[in-house]
Amino acid sequence: MHDGVLEVKDLTAYYGTGSNPTRAVEKASLGIIRRGEVFGIAGESACGKTTLALSILRLLKPPGHIRGGEVRFDGTNLLELGEEEMRLIRWKKISYVPQSSMNALNPVMRVRDQMSDCIEAHEGRQSNEELDNRIGESLRNVGLSYEVIRMYPHELSGGMKQRVAIAMATILDPEVLIADEPTTALDVIVQRGILQLLKEIRDRMRTVLLITHDMAAQAEVSDRVAIMYAGRIAEIGKTESVFKDPLHPYTQLLIQSIPQLRARAKLAWIGGLPPDLRNPPKGCRFNPRCPRLIAGTCDVKEPRPAEVEPDRFVACHLYGD
Amino acid sequence: MIMNDSGKLLEVSHLTKIFGIGGLIRRRELVAVDDVSFNMPAERPTTLTIAGESGSGKTTTARMILGFIRPTHGGVIYRGKNVLNMNRDEWKTYRREVQAIFQDPFGAFNSMYTVDHVLRVPIQKFKMAKTDEETGQLISTALEAVGLRSGEILGKYPHQLSGGQRQRIMLARAFILRPRIVVADEPVSMLDASMRAGILHLMLDLKKKQNVSFLYITHDLSTAHYVSDAIAIMYQGSMVETGPIDDVIADPLHPYSRLLIDSIPIPDPGQRWQEHIELPSKESQTQTLDGCKFYDRCEFRLEVCKTQRPVLKQEKTRFVACHLYQTS
Repeated sequence: MHDGVLEVKDLTAYYGTGSNPTRAVEKASLGIIRRGEVFGIAGESACGKTTLALSILRLLKPPGHIRGGEVRFDGTNLLELGEEEMRLIRWKKISYVPQSSMNALNPVMRVRDQMSDCIEAHEGRQSNEELDNRIGESLRNVGLSYEVIRMYPHELSGGMKQRVAIAMATILDPEVLIADEPTTALDVIVQRGILQLLKEIRDRMRTVLLITHDMAAQAEVSDRVAIMYAGRIAEIGKTESVFKDPLHPYTQLLIQSIPQLRARAKLAWIGGLPPDLRNPPKGCRFNPRCPRLIAGTCDVKEPRPAEVEPDRFVACHLYGD
Repeated sequence: MIMNDSGKLLEVSHLTKIFGIGGLIRRRELVAVDDVSFNMPAERPTTLTIAGESGSGKTTTARMILGFIRPTHGGVIYRGKNVLNMNRDEWKTYRREVQAIFQDPFGAFNSMYTVDHVLRVPIQKFKMAKTDEETGQLISTALEAVGLRSGEILGKYPHQLSGGQRQRIMLARAFILRPRIVVADEPVSMLDASMRAGILHLMLDLKKKQNVSFLYITHDLSTAHYVSDAIAIMYQGSMVETGPIDDVIADPLHPYSRLLIDSIPIPDPGQRWQEHIELPSKESQTQTLDGCKFYDRCEFRLEVCKTQRPVLKQEKTRFVACHLYQTS
């Protein structure tokens, strides 16, 4: 596919070394992520979403480390680049809105100074006028007034700080924006505004990787979505298909567990607990909680992702050969 | 103790809380809760949701009901008795019959003790059991009622349990005391979707089988609709609309309720938002306004909204505080 920008293949990242590392992300393949799409990564806490994002950016801190796989951007495997080459790509080509980024702003620097640091780190010294123009425009893109440029983070509400974080992440006009839980902890109306912003970024033919556990947010903006469970990708497909016809038993339960505002269908929930990733179960990692367990298969053999229809991958023995 | 059981179980009238903020100089007043009134019936268990965004005063309201902070004006009347004027015995009964569960199911535990402790303390405090055997019985019944097996739970430390299990234990703790009302402040917002539904079901179950009423404090209208009978929507300390939840969700009257309800994403990619919304481009300072608090953001604002604060008036099945409905 010629419009692909980012390819993630068999990415594996562990925390800790020795004989018993936490297998946070195991052989995660997202396939080819395309230009101008919002690609969602959904799953519950501790399923490895953030570790996956940090691995793509090579920002994983020890004891976390990448064990293997490929992250291809423009044909280059990012995992093979030197630290300095990676630094040049980070932010300029692939940028990041970290989780609770409203608290990631420097509290003692004005918005302008934080944002100009970003520009100058990549593009060298710029005139003040040039900086003000670019920062002003980037703030305007997220619906903030020019006055914000002079403000300190504490003068802004949570939603405004989140928009500043997005403005900062998009100021160099990167090809890919990875947004980790950008709506969590914000009020619903503000959430809606943030999701709208992500759509606008996509409409400018940029790619957004939206990481959120909020399935309703995924339904609202993602074009395709990957469902993660216990460090593995369970299912990938067009958002419409995944919601309308979820294939993996985990996805099915996850979707049935979301309350709908206007329909009071009985909600499902999943008994048991997600596995301890230092010691994951044999076979499929969902097998101890799975209602459709095939004994003798699911608890023995690990399912490989299979393309069951074009653009639809599922890692489950129910759909295997 | 004799309490008046007829009529209302809980009555909140003109509840107001003003916090002083700032230092000695430049001290300002912040009206966190502004003349809020509602009640819960005694004849049947109900779940009332108080909904609103951050800073709307919903948690402050809950904390006043629980007696954690004193209201500046107004009162909380429980079974005919004002909570502020209760004598020792009445207060003790109140503390037993009105229980609370909170957002963070980890913060509620002392991590140095096993979970048995959190279940045993209320039994001792309120003398719910005479012997150790009875205590054990009470604990296992309570755990069973919340869908936990005592063998798997007792003797464990809080960190060995999941968030869902910890929240269930908090409900079990409340359940031991046979409460009439449980004030649940964002009980599921820190839980994963797959566990959330379990807790919501438990709330429905306790209401039906054990006659427990819930005051459900949340920002999440989807879960509110799932468990509640009635809703009160708050905006900047004031109640803007209250009524049966089905009616309010289906046809919100107040412009703020409408915006709030329209902004909840529907988990169906076939029904996405079509309209564009504008977020404020800078911070607004509306606290000192005389008129409607929603004036700045309202698309239906009238001249009168700027100068006159609307009060709750009945409209159809509910009450709404908006000049659009007060023309007569």
